[in-house]
Amino acid sequence: MNQQANTLRSGPDDRGHFGDFGGRFVAETLMPLILDLEKAYSDAKADPAYAAELENLNTHYTGRPSALYFAERLTEELGGAKIYFKRDELNHTGSHKINNCIGQILLAKRMGKTRIIAETGAGQHGVATATVCARFGLPCVVYMGATDVERQKPNVFRMKLLGAEIVPVTAGAGTLKDAMNEALRDWVTNVDDTYYLIGTAAGPHPYPEMVRDFQSVIGEETKEQLMKAEGKLPDALVAAVGGGSNAIGLFHPFLDDPSVEIYGVEAGGKGLQGEEHCASLNAGKPGVLHGNRTYLLQDDDGQILEGHSVSAGLDYPGIGPEHSWLKDAGRVNYVPATDEEALDAFQMLTRVEGIIPALEPSHALAQVIKMAPKMDKDKVIVMNLCGRGDKDVFTVGKILGFDL
Amino acid sequence: MIETRIDRRFAKLKAEGRPALVTFITAGDPDLATSQAILDALPEAGSDVIELGMPFSDPMAEGVPIQLATQRSLAHGHTMDKTLQMVREFRKKDNDTPIVLMGYYNPIFVRGSAAFVKEAREAGVDGLIVVDVPAEADDELCIPAIEGGVNFIRLTTPTTDDKRLPTVLANTSGFVYYVSVTGVTGSAAADTTAVAKAVTRIKSHTELPVAVGFGIKTAEQAEEIGKHADGVVVGSILVEAIRTSLDDNGKATNQTQAAVTEVVRSLRVGVEKARK
Repeated sequence: MNQQANTLRSGPDDRGHFGDFGGRFVAETLMPLILDLEKAYSDAKADPAYAAELENLNTHYTGRPSALYFAERLTEELGGAKIYFKRDELNHTGSHKINNCIGQILLAKRMGKTRIIAETGAGQHGVATATVCARFGLPCVVYMGATDVERQKPNVFRMKLLGAEIVPVTAGAGTLKDAMNEALRDWVTNVDDTYYLIGTAAGPHPYPEMVRDFQSVIGEETKEQLMKAEGKLPDALVAAVGGGSNAIGLFHPFLDDPSVEIYGVEAGGKGLQGEEHCASLNAGKPGVLHGNRTYLLQDDDGQILEGHSVSAGLDYPGIGPEHSWLKDAGRVNYVPATDEEALDAFQMLTRVEGIIPALEPSHALAQVIKMAPKMDKDKVIVMNLCGRGDKDVFTVGKILGFDL
Repeated sequence: MIETRIDRRFAKLKAEGRPALVTFITAGDPDLATSQAILDALPEAGSDVIELGMPFSDPMAEGVPIQLATQRSLAHGHTMDKTLQMVREFRKKDNDTPIVLMGYYNPIFVRGSAAFVKEAREAGVDGLIVVDVPAEADDELCIPAIEGGVNFIRLTTPTTDDKRLPTVLANTSGFVYYVSVTGVTGSAAADTTAVAKAVTRIKSHTELPVAVGFGIKTAEQAEEIGKHADGVVVGSILVEAIRTSLDDNGKATNQTQAAVTEVVRSLRVGVEKARK
């Protein structure tokens, strides 16, 4: 183990490892660029002007800090622990993805890059990337699986309005994994002028660290806000994990607070007994894909399997490497929630609190619904409500038999 | 490290005064039996060094032709065991032509690097090219390969500058593979003058033979590149020959093997002319 014994927050090491996970598994063409990026990021972190610009945009463009909301009616309904939502769905563009995009676009500018590419699953990261590209006047190409283009049409249109070019990817199952392959092919071809703005806390070092740092604002604000509201640390944190960026953002500032129980909720799809799920931590094993070593859904021969989830944003057979490490370290409990449980949670929150959540945090909510009634009324759960559900109303409408 | 078939083959060709023709096919494409027949026919058709692709579900550095070849192979249930078995079969008839396995790390990682290298060497494999294991991760696979008597052939690219080249070349053996363009396999070919310059630059850092690949499709290009390089690598054009020979259901026809060997023969003519 490369981390210091007394903290869980010091990773990664200088080669990008979180214990056995992470690293830099990329083609040689990209390696010099990855090393440049690492240096650029470390220079930026040391530059007060960069921090000031980031903070200014977070405040006035994104609308941070996001609210920490006490869900009184849901708490009553479930009859146990007090439930708070960290409302990152209220951010500009409707999800936590913008936190990372602003950090990275400022970095791309510092590096003199003139073209931005990104991959997207649900389209939330694509929209956030297209948004910052519009804001900074840079051309933007978004790779999106053809299946996802179909099920996330509102986001596709938003990206087009923002001036981005959308490239539907038909290889494989046409979901996030395939979009990421195609983005990597673009990057290796246009390595001189192009910045790859990865949306989740995965990929080759330094991306997992960088994305986590930009998203950690979620957990830092939560700590402060809850201290004000309740005068204490939360008893439990809950967040959905696809690649894991919103989850690591909430969790990271609390990793060294042992009284805080932490739950990452994976997409259980149609159940873990079959192959139609995306629970890489619960049902996968370590492997190497897309630049890092992490838990992956794969067969015995090392071929990567296609996942399944009702939520396009969780439909990825891997997971950020820091989550793999936190699983093996036993610090975070990773649990599945099925499509059905997520859909029920989606409807419940809409009715009880008047908030339409995205399908991704609906998975986290399914876990809250399971655990809150079993906890005492003086306990506090904070869940990351990382995205709003506008983009999902067509998908959910179809499943519920409502003709839109 | 010990001498391999790769070292012997490049030494022999150097004495003959011509560059090597290095041919890539994907193992199991379009089906196991046809792929074995193509593999077995490559040396007679003019291939000096064989790269055998280990199919992977997510071939991030490949263009469409090799992506499709990979899909054809995996659709027939191809596995690493079958790839190694193909090499064993080949070795029953040919003990001189070097075979380099090319692919991605995960199918090797799940077997364990040292165990895989041992099995590959015993099957008759001489070298490995693994796209997604850079020099910074030499301990993962490169060092186990060297210790197991298998060459680890590193890719260098237009972005590998003089400062970085020593890092990349440090543990490379067998030959150096210069990827002549920034891009995926099967893309447009690089300009010959730029390739010549790059080969000269790499040779100022190493005694190893330098093979050049990515985008070479015709005998004329092979001839031009072969004037400067110790080896000319072709791949996408061969798997495209397989694809266009298939019937409407994607099955091999009695033309499939010949479609590949014909292209190899014509490329070999180009390579032969390179130094004349």
